[in-house]
Amino acid sequence: MKYIATFLILFVNWLIWSGMFDSFHMSLGVISCAIVTFMSHDLFFASGQFHFRYITEFIRFVLYIPWLLYQIILSNIHVAYLVLHPKMPIEPSIITFKTTLKKDMSLVAFANSITLTPGTITMDIQDGKYFVIHCISRKVADDLLSGEMERKIARIFGEE
Amino acid sequence: MENFFLITSLILGFLVIFSLYRGVFGPTVLDRIVSVGVIGTKTTVILALLGFIYGRIDMFVDICLAYALLNFITTLAAAKFFRVRKSIVPGSKFLNDKGTDL
Amino acid sequence: MIMLSVILIITGVFFFFTATFGLLRFPDFYSRLQATGKGDTLGSLLVLAGLALYNLSNGISLASVLVSVKLLLIAVFIFIANPTATHALTRAGQDAGVEPWTKEDKTR
Repeated sequence: MKYIATFLILFVNWLIWSGMFDSFHMSLGVISCAIVTFMSHDLFFASGQFHFRYITEFIRFVLYIPWLLYQIILSNIHVAYLVLHPKMPIEPSIITFKTTLKKDMSLVAFANSITLTPGTITMDIQDGKYFVIHCISRKVADDLLSGEMERKIARIFGEE
Repeated sequence: MENFFLITSLILGFLVIFSLYRGVFGPTVLDRIVSVGVIGTKTTVILALLGFIYGRIDMFVDICLAYALLNFITTLAAAKFFRVRKSIVPGSKFLNDKGTDL
Repeated sequence: MIMLSVILIITGVFFFFTATFGLLRFPDFYSRLQATGKGDTLGSLLVLAGLALYNLSNGISLASVLVSVKLLLIAVFIFIANPTATHALTRAGQDAGVEPWTKEDKTR
């Protein structure tokens, strides 16, 4: 099952990037996708098995993206204000907090979301529990510690 | 519309020159790596704009992708390399900290 | 449609501008990453989305839709790759022992 899923993902990418739909290029795509699938079938689905749960998780993740974009734009404007302000009122600090997320995928998604919202960078995840985060000002740290993003991520990956 | 794209890519080119300041005078090696990454991202966008100026976007979009991939790998490899070679970063605690290994 | 894409491109260039300014003005390595890693990401997303829209405005055919999808895929790739690179760089800085700048030791 995971072979088929990997192959389908690769082949859709091949079709988009090659842009040619004649039989020669399609068969080339089938051959190379089959070779890559054979060599790296354990990369996409690290847990070993493909579950249909992944599809619903993917759909919920896509639905989460607009909210993330809104947050990114809001806090990008905040950082733009900090940069263009003549006195540059930044007060960088490093905070550590404990998270309730457990799965690898949700940890990765949470860390990347934190890094994408400007003003915060994930520096380290210690033992899969403690996030070490570099914040650029007090406001973004408070936004993050309110825990809204963490709740949303938990809902996507089914960890309430 | 071509003029608009030309002006946009000129502005981005000036921004690249500004970022080059960090690349030349940056106090640490890591600052230089950041500058290289930023220049790479801007170059990706400039390439897309150039594709519209020349009217060959179907060709330039592939070059864009290759550039984005290479830029990502360059930054990752450089970060990994200078993580090991600690003594290159001035102001590091290499001499008075516990040891040489990570 | 062309108006919308022009607005998107101008906003993107503005975020590029703030990212570069932050790179020049901020006091230490970590805060420079704050400004660039993300201003650049959002800027490139906006500019590439604007270009994709402009490409569609010339007339919708299979080829132009493919080019627009490719442009958006590049933006998505940058969205995944840039935070990862930023994270790798902070890890490198942490391991090399670069001290973060805080407001207290401004006197230094």
